[in-house]
Amino acid sequence: MTLVSTKFDRRSFLKVSALSGGGMMMGFSWNMGCTPADQEMASVPEEWFDVNAFLKIANNGKVTIMSPNPEIGQNVKTSMPMVVAEELDIDWADVIVEQAPLNTDVFTRQVAGGSQSIRQGWNSLRTTGATARQMLVSAAAKEWQVDASECTTAMGTVKHSSGKSMGYGELAAKAAGMDVPDKVVLKDPANFSIIGTDRGNVDLDKIITGESLFGLDLREKGMVRAVVMRPPAFGLKIKSYDDTEARKVNGVIDVVPFGNKVAVLADNTWAALKAKKTLTAEWEKDTDLESTQGHDKALRDLLYTKAEEPKRKDGDVEKAFASADMVFEKVYEAPFLPHNCLEPMNFYANVTDQKVELIGPIQTPARTRSQVAELLGREEAEISIMMTRMGGGFGRRLYGDFVLEAAEISSISKKPVQVVFSREDDMTAGTYRPASKYRFKAGVKDGKMIAYHLVGAGVNMGNATRQDNFPASCVENYLVESHELESNITTGAWRAPITNFLAFAEQAFVDELAVEMGVDPIQFRLDLLERAKSDPVGELGYEPEKMIGVIKLAAEKSNWGQAAENGASKGFSAYYSHNTYVAEVAEVSIDKGNPKVNRVVCAVDCGIVINPMAAINQIKGGVVDGIGHAMFGDFAFYDGQPQQNNFHQYRLIRMPEAPPIDVHFVKNYNDPTGLGEPTLPPAGGAIANAIFNATGKRLYKQPFIKEKIVLG
Amino acid sequence: MASYNLNINGKALQVEADPDTPMLWVLRDNLNMVGTKYGCGIAQCGACTVHMDGNAIRSCSLPVSAIGDKKITTIEGLSVKADHVLQNAWREHDVPQCGYCQAGQIMNAASLLTRNPNPSDEDIDTAMQGNLCRCGTYGKIKAAIKTAAANL
Repeated sequence: MTLVSTKFDRRSFLKVSALSGGGMMMGFSWNMGCTPADQEMASVPEEWFDVNAFLKIANNGKVTIMSPNPEIGQNVKTSMPMVVAEELDIDWADVIVEQAPLNTDVFTRQVAGGSQSIRQGWNSLRTTGATARQMLVSAAAKEWQVDASECTTAMGTVKHSSGKSMGYGELAAKAAGMDVPDKVVLKDPANFSIIGTDRGNVDLDKIITGESLFGLDLREKGMVRAVVMRPPAFGLKIKSYDDTEARKVNGVIDVVPFGNKVAVLADNTWAALKAKKTLTAEWEKDTDLESTQGHDKALRDLLYTKAEEPKRKDGDVEKAFASADMVFEKVYEAPFLPHNCLEPMNFYANVTDQKVELIGPIQTPARTRSQVAELLGREEAEISIMMTRMGGGFGRRLYGDFVLEAAEISSISKKPVQVVFSREDDMTAGTYRPASKYRFKAGVKDGKMIAYHLVGAGVNMGNATRQDNFPASCVENYLVESHELESNITTGAWRAPITNFLAFAEQAFVDELAVEMGVDPIQFRLDLLERAKSDPVGELGYEPEKMIGVIKLAAEKSNWGQAAENGASKGFSAYYSHNTYVAEVAEVSIDKGNPKVNRVVCAVDCGIVINPMAAINQIKGGVVDGIGHAMFGDFAFYDGQPQQNNFHQYRLIRMPEAPPIDVHFVKNYNDPTGLGEPTLPPAGGAIANAIFNATGKRLYKQPFIKEKIVLG
Repeated sequence: MASYNLNINGKALQVEADPDTPMLWVLRDNLNMVGTKYGCGIAQCGACTVHMDGNAIRSCSLPVSAIGDKKITTIEGLSVKADHVLQNAWREHDVPQCGYCQAGQIMNAASLLTRNPNPSDEDIDTAMQGNLCRCGTYGKIKAAIKTAAANL
């Protein structure tokens, strides 16, 4: 049990009002609310105030909990309301979950990104539920003329020590008139009855019966579909276009040029898709027409260039390399990747003189609204955004380019418009995971790593490294440098940005180094982490004990050191990202000449697990995604033009290649951290290291399928 | 434009559409049955899977003019009370993440179970390998199909 201050006053506590039906409606301004009351709450992250919540209690005891954050398949629409319901102390069966629209007055971090929804929402979601619970208790105590301390709650009922009880539904109207408490009591995690239990996805029935849920399922009155012709290559701009044939297609309403693009508007999607293909255009060179070959050379050159400012420097690596017994150096390379959400990009916009209505799948509604306001010269207050369930996000829907297109086309055509990307549009007009390369160099003396040097370079990548991650603080002489290659190709966050490839490179390098040194790869990591734990070099950017914890758990559960079933070979990898620690052991055998991942053992420290069934689903999905893109993901440009445009040319992982995955949690009561991304980064390294143990061949380049993996 | 008399989920329906319109878009736009999903448009992802006379087909690549009197079943018509053995298994295993591919997965699995009521892991892999799940729920899909088969 923990006491936290709600810090609500009448001004910040926006609405506690009786509904017309007698229910209780609560709105909180969470950026004003709840800080930990005392030092006993030391484990609480400071970012707690970033999320808001909203709930309604009906007079029949049903509770509607608004889920503030966008749902992209990470299951927050179930897990965030679970946290509220836990502290409210209700029966989960009484909960109705609704997706909240964008509302920056009430909610603060309505973003699906960085695996942060749960971590940053944790305290405010709990306090939402606890505050409402306390007001219900106060209402009952007043009704019974007893002291609130004599009352308890369970399953949506307030009980008095005398035996009297009242349901939340009966109390809701009265509770709405109670003072908002200054302080509320949070449950002891050991007493959680919803958190930590398996609860089904709240949208599951709609998903398995085909009800309308996703952006593309939207059917608004008078809505027309718009399919857009965009430049076929990065670096081209439009000179002229011919829409004669497009206008002849049945169902086509209009053809609307805007900026560098041309939109075909039709009364049905097929007509718009078909007509767009008949558009012809002349394009002219605007900026450079870049190719993968050119990027490769430029990135490689950067790996051997000294950065103006290192990202981190401990000791003196050059001196240490000069004194080393062995200097070991390797280069790792990764291509661009499209996100390939299975639901292609789309968005609805209805721009009128009175208002701007936007509906669809977007991970960043607040930022997108600002961009639309700027584009159209409108006030944000005139613009509403409703988020639909998304057919995948993976970072692509952090970028609202398709929302801006919809808004612009609607503004020009004066029609309610849904922009629809074909798969080809989605893959070729995308925002990509940046192509990148890394050079690692280690110096060994007297059987110990004494120096570590990492240089990263990426296309529009910003900092290509995570300089404070392992093995930072483990080694006396440590240098990390990063280079940026500027490009006109749009790049951005792709599930586990930077680390989705950096982790593979690092963990493959560390593994190879350990083998060169004649040390067990897991023991090598543990020995390094011991230094970070007992006597860290420089600033410590992670918790070595948590890393050691997942490494030991994965080693134990995979029987590391013992032969795998069917003569399979094991490979190890561990990585810390998005506040969560993960270690993975992959078992690989050679099947008809090809590597086959038979099993992955995955150990995770994410603190309290809110919904184990869904958490395990997310963890497995991350591992499968990591394996899939490491094995198959490939995307190239020639003269600015993407060379893959649909799934016949772009290989995603399929069912036969997805191995069984055993998930093990480090059990603790630490505040929860996210799971949307952290299990992806270690996957590539685990299978690459297992492939080495199976074949003797090291892999330095993704996708692995292009490397000649198997001997003879 | 032409007029087509279709049998969808046991109902006789008439639609007006260009002959080359894929069944996917007839379902989604003409009939507002949005359970069948658009993923690739070239029969490479399986999101648009429906049944034609009980067999799984890719509705994105089948023009409405080719349907004739064949019976089409979509996810909306797989069961009356959302209690098909696969839907129940999907609930039990809480299969979906984003959920976008799942209708296609279920329709393809339903066709598999009709042909092979007791599929092995390899049979499931073979039958389902054309249905992409970008979230990677393959393990749960496989487990749910096995549960459904056991409950047939």
